Amino acid sequence: MPADRPTTLLAELTHRCPLHCPYCSNPLELMRAEAELTTDEWKRVFSEARSLGVLQLGLSGGEPLLRKDLEDLAAHARSVGLYSTLVTSGLGLTRSRAERLKEIGLEHIQISIQDSDPDVAERIAGARSVRHKQAAAQLVRELGFAFTVNVVLHRANLDRIEQIIDLAADLGADRVELANTQYYGWGLRNRSTLQPTRNQVERSREVAERAIQRYRGRMQITYVLPDYYEAFPKACYGGWGKLYLVIAPNGSVMPCHGATQITGLSFDNIREHSLDWIWQESGAFRLFRGDSWMKEPCRSCPRKTVDFGGCRCQAFALTGDAANTDPVCTLTPLRQIVDRALEEPALPEYQYRYPSEAPLPV
Amino acid sequence: MAADSRVLTADSRPKLWRLARLEFDPVRQRPVLLYPEGAVLLNDTGAAILELCNGAHSVGDIVAILNERYHADVEADVTEYLDIMAQRELIRAG
Repeated sequence: MPADRPTTLLAELTHRCPLHCPYCSNPLELMRAEAELTTDEWKRVFSEARSLGVLQLGLSGGEPLLRKDLEDLAAHARSVGLYSTLVTSGLGLTRSRAERLKEIGLEHIQISIQDSDPDVAERIAGARSVRHKQAAAQLVRELGFAFTVNVVLHRANLDRIEQIIDLAADLGADRVELANTQYYGWGLRNRSTLQPTRNQVERSREVAERAIQRYRGRMQITYVLPDYYEAFPKACYGGWGKLYLVIAPNGSVMPCHGATQITGLSFDNIREHSLDWIWQESGAFRLFRGDSWMKEPCRSCPRKTVDFGGCRCQAFALTGDAANTDPVCTLTPLRQIVDRALEEPALPEYQYRYPSEAPLPV
Repeated sequence: MAADSRVLTADSRPKLWRLARLEFDPVRQRPVLLYPEGAVLLNDTGAAILELCNGAHSVGDIVAILNERYHADVEADVTEYLDIMAQRELIRAG
């Protein structure tokens, strides 16, 4: 089927990061700095992305501030008409860098917060970070950027969801994005430590709903529930290869940041092809585009236009076949895999995100 | 929610959300409203309404301006559109 125009590009400028969060969305095999695209390569990608139809750019990582050319990249993104969001831990956002980013027209900064309790926050991040984040948030406010606080929720912080929302408001956020951990890569490896109980989830839902009303008009709150406790899977960004693409630090172009874990998928690289060609023709994008790949119960299900069969990455991670129905869906017998996972005993220790000792060649 | 389903009155002076930016997308040849983590593709009428949401015009002014421009009674359409955008918090009552 012919491709639509994408609206959103997530550019993972680097996998390097000062934090070590055990639910990181980067792949288990982290890329080294030597593999990263150059300044000119990223600029070409941003120009091509805009021509392809991309409107929203996420400058992400790892920690994108570890790229010395971030300001240059953000300026180029603005010059070609992209609306850019810097997705950062806040670490490394000095006054001079923030002022420069404002000057060149970066519009939106998203800072991650791990918890309202500073000790737990630093235990999750695996690094001293709370004070840096407060300073970064203050700069973002002072310089008048659009400001989002984003928080990954899990067993150790979910009971403080209200304090976390209040903290985001105190920091001056325009928006707060609260999302329960998704279990791919690092998150899947730490699932039995991160997974909240059903009671925690139910309570958090009520607290979030009240907060959404309380802050209405002042701070926008979005809350993403953990899909394991839902009856139907989350929609895959409007469907695989429909609106969204991710580019890894080395230039590999993927339909989703979780797609690297689907073994057997190979990704084309912008060092060898144009972004337009990859979007239209790359096998990884075409494989699950549309619905002809679907098996039952998806194939004949009216919800296939609502959730697109759920998440291919999760289907692969939990069932070994990316063309299966997302096992969160209660309409498939595969659901027992998720139900069993919910019964897993809780483990106390995180396995933190670090580059592996022997990285794969890239 | 039902209680404030109409957040705007004829006297409100709606203003685009501080974080939203109205642009023309040369790729799609359509106006588009951009904001953090989102974009709405607009038609020309939608863009004409949002361009007037600058905090200076009341809803009544906007209706009058567009009635004249389109030589038609657009009040119902305009107020409905503004209400939807206000519900989505993309415009704010001033």
